[in-house]
This record gives sequence, structure tokens and C-alpha cells, in this order.
Amino acid sequence: MKQNLYNYILGIADNSLMLGQRLGELTGHGPSLETDIACTNISLDLFGQVRSYFQYAAKIAGDERTEDDIAMLRKERDYKNVLLVEQPNTNFAYTLGRQFLFDVYHLAFLKELQKSADLTLSAIANKCIKEVSYHERFSSDWVKRLGDGTEESKAKMQEAINDLWTYTDELFHQTEADKAMVEEGIGVDVTKLKEAYYKNVSDLLLESILEVPESKYFQKGGKQGIHTEHLGYLLSDLQYMQRTYPNMEW
Amino acid sequence: MSTKNWPLWEVFVRSKNGLEHRHCGSLHAADEDMALENARDVYTRRSEGVSIWVVESKHITASNPENNGEMFEPAQDKVYRHPTFYDLPDEVKHM
Amino acid sequence: MSEEQIKSLEKQFEARIARDEKIEPKDWMPEKYRKTHIRQMSQHAHSEIVGMLPEGNWITRAPSLRRKVALLAKVQDEAGHGLYLYSATETLGISREEMYEQLHTGKAKYSSIFNYPTITWADMGAIGWLVDGAAIINQVPLCNTSYGPYARAMIRVCKEESFHQRQGYEIMIKLANGTPEQKEMAQDALNRWWWPSLMMLGPTDDVSVHTAQSMKWKLKRKSNDDLRQQFIDQTVPQAELIGLTIPDPDLKWNEERKSYDFGAIDWDEFWQVVKGHGPCNKERMKARVDAWEEGEWIRDAAMAHAEKKQERKEKQAV
Repeated sequence: MKQNLYNYILGIADNSLMLGQRLGELTGHGPSLETDIACTNISLDLFGQVRSYFQYAAKIAGDERTEDDIAMLRKERDYKNVLLVEQPNTNFAYTLGRQFLFDVYHLAFLKELQKSADLTLSAIANKCIKEVSYHERFSSDWVKRLGDGTEESKAKMQEAINDLWTYTDELFHQTEADKAMVEEGIGVDVTKLKEAYYKNVSDLLLESILEVPESKYFQKGGKQGIHTEHLGYLLSDLQYMQRTYPNMEW
Repeated sequence: MSTKNWPLWEVFVRSKNGLEHRHCGSLHAADEDMALENARDVYTRRSEGVSIWVVESKHITASNPENNGEMFEPAQDKVYRHPTFYDLPDEVKHM
Repeated sequence: MSEEQIKSLEKQFEARIARDEKIEPKDWMPEKYRKTHIRQMSQHAHSEIVGMLPEGNWITRAPSLRRKVALLAKVQDEAGHGLYLYSATETLGISREEMYEQLHTGKAKYSSIFNYPTITWADMGAIGWLVDGAAIINQVPLCNTSYGPYARAMIRVCKEESFHQRQGYEIMIKLANGTPEQKEMAQDALNRWWWPSLMMLGPTDDVSVHTAQSMKWKLKRKSNDDLRQQFIDQTVPQAELIGLTIPDPDLKWNEERKSYDFGAIDWDEFWQVVKGHGPCNKERMKARVDAWEEGEWIRDAAMAHAEKKQERKEKQAV
């Protein structure tokens, strides 16, 4: 089995999985019906991506594992998502801030993944780009609205960006699987996305009349499976049925 | 309760090129960008459209049904606007 | 307008409906017609959005990715349907905010069935199969109701809902054909949801208050008891097909009526839930009120931004 490729795919898919799960928590609780529907749409896009990635990963694994086994039956340390996407829906500013900080990265990442020598990954990326372009537009528009809206919304949006900022640097860390895949022309060299990312994010924040955080203290570890405390709870929901009723079909 | 609520917008969707935009419903949004995005998420979830128009409901001027008599009935007896008004011999085809 | 004039308008109005003509928003309509429609349509819309909660409860715990996306899409549809129905109701001169206010203060009702808890995954199956099944029976005739915007909203709703019941029944099939534990889970869900589903079709005809008027306005095409019988007759064979047992010892086929006879419904329970004392009434209302109140600063911000944007545009134009 191509272990590096397998791990590489998991690294990509886990981001969409956790973010989709977080957005799914909000369905039925949005600030307006229209916004509720929009956030659920993003969640659905992300889970669609997750399924494509995990189906491919299952094929590579070449054993009994299914997409659901891969999604729901790993241990906490085996999830490779970045810390950013597992952060909770503290309020709508956090939800949208998290989305925005991830979307800008995600879109740039997919544009590069499209060029992958792995045709399956390139095809998945090609499909996802359209979805994620929309996500990025949606989340940027909302950051602008909240930043430029009322005093209260501005303060909340700024606070969310400040708090989430610490998780942005990790997006550009390379894992062993990353390095191996970049070498084979399959993976994306994320270190090269960093500069444009911070420029795009900063431009949008300034346009939203928000401040760009200056903090240079960043958190990392998600890609190595060392997560924030939030992930455990997220997993206990995600995995509940598969753990409680093992080896059954649903 | 909020002082200002999101205004109402009417949504028109073109289901495919070659067809006209048709009114399909309404929704609430704070501005035109949001109205378009919401319309996309609410009314084209099942690939129902290739183009969307939104217009704030207050900008629509509607005829009053109370005036339907003067508005629409005078057209009813103008049968000469329809091809069946004209007599032609049966031998004439394709006209 | 004199009383006589109103009488004559009312007569013309009723005649239009009898001729199967549709009534549109700006048409003259009796005040009672408007009020009855606002009540029924907003109640219908409220049921859709409160109905998101018991199912939304399982989105994060769905047992497979396939089930998760189906459930997400279904609950999202319910938001959409609530939205269509609120919009249709707004054409009668009431705002969505006013309707929310009525819901949040308990002045407006919603379908009682959503006050029952969803405690296992099988409840997602039972809700789709039974609750959506009962809802469809109620809703299909409304596609032809007299008020144009309501009829159009219902056409859209019914078209989209066609996958909902299948989604639920498929979950039940899978469980019923699964391990003994899964089958037990399915049977337990059927046991808990069967009677509330029957109640969902409304009080019996002898105590139902609005029926005669509603029939005339095509807000209702069949009586509650007829709808209930239809629901039972179509559902019993579906249960048998997958080897589940309807929890009613008195249920039996009546050859003469070509219908099932069924046991007594516990109407005390029904009224208890309607009056606000069901297992989850408080939680459901709290969830709605919280979403609305916590959303206020967001909605306000969006309006403030829209206004600033407009001002900037106008300044540029000068």
C-alpha cells in the first residue's frame, strides 16, 4: 500500500470532515433561515469532498476498510486535520472567521492540487474548486458585513479573528507525507502558499475595517495528531454509532 | 426585537438558456449580494437554474385587481387580433 | 364599505373558489379568509422549522457518511420549506418577524409531534417514514388549495419532499434486516412514533373545530379521520413488509370496510402535548428563541453594512 499517499489524502480529507461536522452542528440554529440553509450547503459540499477522498483512500488501502471506517474508526491521534477546523462554533463570528481563514487556504491549495500527477486527486480538486470558490465568496462577504456592520459585530469579528489567528500558521507546515508527495509531483508544496495567503487575508481584513493580528505566536500539532481538547468531543459525536454498534451496516 | 429587519426580495430563475426567467418565490436579505447568494442556496439546490434575478419586493409596481375590468376586459372582444378571426377558403394551406 | 356590499363581495368570492379559481394576494378577500390562512400557513411554516430540531439532533451522530449527507439535505429542505411557507404567508400582510414573535410567545402552534425526543438513530428512520408519511397525506391535497401563493409553495414542497419518506423508510429497512440489536432499535422507534403519528393527523372529526369552513376554502379536502384511516391503511403493509409490528393489539383488517380497524388513541396525551407539556416543548422553543435572539446582532450588522454600502455608492455617484 502507498502509505504516504494514503496519509496524504487523509490529511486533506480530515480538514473537510471536521469543518463539515462543525457546520452540521448549526443546522436548525442559524441566525436566519437563509443563512442556515447556506451554511448547511457548505457542510454538504464538504462531506461530498470527504466521501470522494475517503473512497479513494479506501481503494488505496486495498483491504476491508470502507469510507466510513476511515472517517469514523480512527483514534484521536490518527486524525490529521489542522487545529483551525476543529475549533468550536463559539458564535457566528467564530464560525465565519474559521470558515474564511480556511477557505482562502483551501482554494489556493485546490488550485495547486489540480495540477497533481495523481489523476484522481486532480479530478477531485477540479470539482471541489467550484464549491470552495463559492465558500470563500460567502465567508469573505460575511467577514466584511460583520467587520463593517455595527460596533458590536466589529468587536466580535475582530475577537474571533484574533483568537483564530494562532491556528493559521499550521496550514503551511509540511508533514513527512507532504514532502514525499511533493517530491513525486502529487502533493502541493504548502510552504509556497503562505505569502499569498497572508496577503489575501490581510487585504480582506483591511477592506472589512478590521485589524490584521500582529501576534507571532502560533499553535501547531493537528497534522501530527496532537489536537486541541475540542476534537475529542467532536469525535465522540462523529464516532458514536460506529463505536457503540460495531460491525453493522446502516 | 430588532428595529430593522432584512427586506423582502423576489427571486426569478432561468432554468436553462433559451427559457425566460420565472418567478419562483421570495426571501429575505440585507443587500443585493446577499439576496443573490441566498437565492442560489434556497432556490437552486437541485440544479433548477442557470441564471438568477433578484429584485427588492418594494420596487415592484403591481396592477390593482380592483381595476381588472378596465385593465383587461377591453382586450377580450378584440378578436381580430387572433388568426381565427379571418375566413379563408379550405384550399389555402400553410397560412 | 356597507355591510350589504361586503355580503355581495363575499358571495362573489365564495363563487370564485367554488369554480376552482385561485385567490391571489391583492384580491379582495374576507377578513376571516385572511386570518384563517395566516394561522394555518404560519403554523405549517413553524412546524417545518421546529421539525428541523429533532432530526438536526442526529446530524453529527449519523452512522455513515451517506446517511449524514442525506439527513443534512433533508433537514435543510425543511428550512427551505419553512422559508417558502413564511414567504407565502407574508403575502397576506404579516411579516416573518411577527410570525416568529407569535411562535416564540406560544401564541402560534406547530405540529405537536416535534415535541417528542429523538433518542436513537432509528428515530430518524421512523420520522422519515411515519411523520413525513403523515405529512404528505396532509400536504398533497394542499397543492390545489384556493390561495395561490400557498398552493404554489405546496407544489414546491411536495416535489422536494418526495425523497424524505423514502430516506426514512430505507433507514428502517436496513435496520429491520440488520442484526437483532438493530431490528430491536427499529421496532422500539416504531413503538414510540406510531401513536404520535396518528395523532398528528388531528383530533377526531366530532371535536375538530375548523373543518367545515376549511373544506370550503380547500384548506382541507378530507376530514382528519379519513386522512388517519388512509395513513393506517397505507402504512401497515409497509411495516409488515419489513417484519415490524404495529404496536396496536386491536389492529385488524376489516374485510367489509376494506380498511384496518384500530385501537383507541390516547387523546389526553395529545392535548397534554398541545398545551405545552410534552417531553420536549420547552427545549424546542428554547432552541428557536435562542437562535433568533443570538442571531440579532448578526442580522443587525448585515443591515448596517448594507446601508453603509448604499451610502458609499450614492456618494460615489455624486
